[in-house]
Amino acid sequence: MSAIPKKAVPLDERSRHLRRQIVRVLERGGRGHIGTSLSLVEMLRVLFDGVLRYDPKNPDWPKRDRFILSKGHGCITLYVLLQEKGFFPEEELWKFCKFDGILGGHPDPKVPGIEVSTGSLGHGLPVGVGMALMAKRRNAGHRVFVVLGDGECNEGSVWEAAMSAAKHKLDNLVAMVDYNKQQSYSSTYEVLDLEPFSAKWEAFGFATREVDGHDVAALERVLAAVPFQTGRPSAIICHTVKGKGIPFAENDMRWHHKSSIKDSEVEDMLCAIEAAE
Amino acid sequence: MRETCLDQVYQLAKTDPRIVFIGSDLGAGTLRKFKEEMADRFYMEGISEAHVVGMAAGMALEGMIVYVNTISTFITRRCFEQIAVDVCLHKLNVRLIGNGGGLVYAPLGPTHLAIEDISILRALPNMTITAVADAGEMRRLMPQTVDHPGPIYIRLAKGYDPIVTNDEVPFRIGKGIPMRDGRDALLVTTGITLKSAQEAAKMLALEGVETAILHMPTIKPLDTEALLHHAARVRAIVVIEENTIIGGLGSAVAEVVAEAGLSPAKKFRRIGIPDVFPDRYGSQANLMDHYKINTDQVVSTVWALLDRK
Repeated sequence: MSAIPKKAVPLDERSRHLRRQIVRVLERGGRGHIGTSLSLVEMLRVLFDGVLRYDPKNPDWPKRDRFILSKGHGCITLYVLLQEKGFFPEEELWKFCKFDGILGGHPDPKVPGIEVSTGSLGHGLPVGVGMALMAKRRNAGHRVFVVLGDGECNEGSVWEAAMSAAKHKLDNLVAMVDYNKQQSYSSTYEVLDLEPFSAKWEAFGFATREVDGHDVAALERVLAAVPFQTGRPSAIICHTVKGKGIPFAENDMRWHHKSSIKDSEVEDMLCAIEAAE
Repeated sequence: MRETCLDQVYQLAKTDPRIVFIGSDLGAGTLRKFKEEMADRFYMEGISEAHVVGMAAGMALEGMIVYVNTISTFITRRCFEQIAVDVCLHKLNVRLIGNGGGLVYAPLGPTHLAIEDISILRALPNMTITAVADAGEMRRLMPQTVDHPGPIYIRLAKGYDPIVTNDEVPFRIGKGIPMRDGRDALLVTTGITLKSAQEAAKMLALEGVETAILHMPTIKPLDTEALLHHAARVRAIVVIEENTIIGGLGSAVAEVVAEAGLSPAKKFRRIGIPDVFPDRYGSQANLMDHYKINTDQVVSTVWALLDRK
């Protein structure tokens, strides 16, 4: 059983700010996948703050890095970051899951900055392989980043794609797994154990590293080092906590997805974020 | 037909750098020249249909026109969700070439029989479905698949099927092809069932029954204009297909004709695979006869619908 974090790194103000935004989106939408949105915050923040190349004014810029949130149910975090970076106006955030909004409960390419529809799990890595392969064949410099869930790695298509990525030596492809060790029903250990997880990715041909998925500096370091090995795709197992930053929601299945969120719950979440370490 | 189809992919790829080929685990030597001459656009990706279709979608998102080939059942049933979500939802230029549509793999049993490929793909928005009658029609279809917007399913027959279409007749994706005129009954066909319809029409003509044939190499989008034009002129309509009678061409024709409210109402029958998994082996022809998807059945069905004794 892997468990990288020895000592939790405190959340800084930026991480708290992003979490507040996520809660506000949940409040307006009245629903959403909470736990997974919170476990993803630092992974996506580091990617969008300094790793990915993109142009919000020209979302289809051919030289952009391709980013696929294959665990599409974590989309609120992605929406908050895309809006902050200028891909679409803030008012769209407040129409999350509404009839007249563009932001649904899973990513859709009609939203500027989103490459593909995800939500059904096990789709992102095969699509990412196709994109990375074309980038290689064209000698294009851009990279492809795919963020997967741990539960998502139950899907056989993930491992079919992993074999293909290794076969094609796609060192321009990075798979990041949000390993919060919880899926909808229960823990990943109980539902369908992934261990030895890091060794599996290695065995499937990925140069693999593990990192505390809430440690911003550690994430920056590991992402600065990709590709870890020339001629091999990279995998980063990000050890995270589902519901991170809201102690009463952490590792609690009742907070995997919530609908009909009450005002009092929103207050409690915002208070918890202020107190979060 | 398969050879013609794949050779066309090779020929088209030679002049269009956007074309890519992905196979799963096809027979040794398949498209050897393609692989030798355009190695960077030829991929044999293994028995991983879900991944293959997703990868094709990723390539198509990058501007490629991707031809994917494996056995019909595997390229439709096994990766149906990838076809729906990765390909159809994004309306991508992926062409799915299915070997052995219908009952072709009769000796291999029900795991290899594509009895409902047309039905399930018909339900997907943005999907175009083709089933041509012979190699000649395949040769006319393939160049049009290059710039056709969105996904296409190309259903292949057994191979070495007799040539029953005419090179002189213009072919367009989405257009039905009137093969014969007649005022008593209309036979609507797709794929290799055109041959049975042609034979049946000749036999019926000897008995004084004039039968029109409308061949539908494109099942979706269905050429409703041609269908209603021909349907309006006859008393009876019979649809013949090598697919389950649920949800295929017969269903599509019934939907259009019923909703058009033609007067007088048309007598109507579907000839196709009944709602069962085939449990016999033998040849494709054996199973076609077993399920009465043949010339005799077309003749007797028309005869009965017209109340002839």
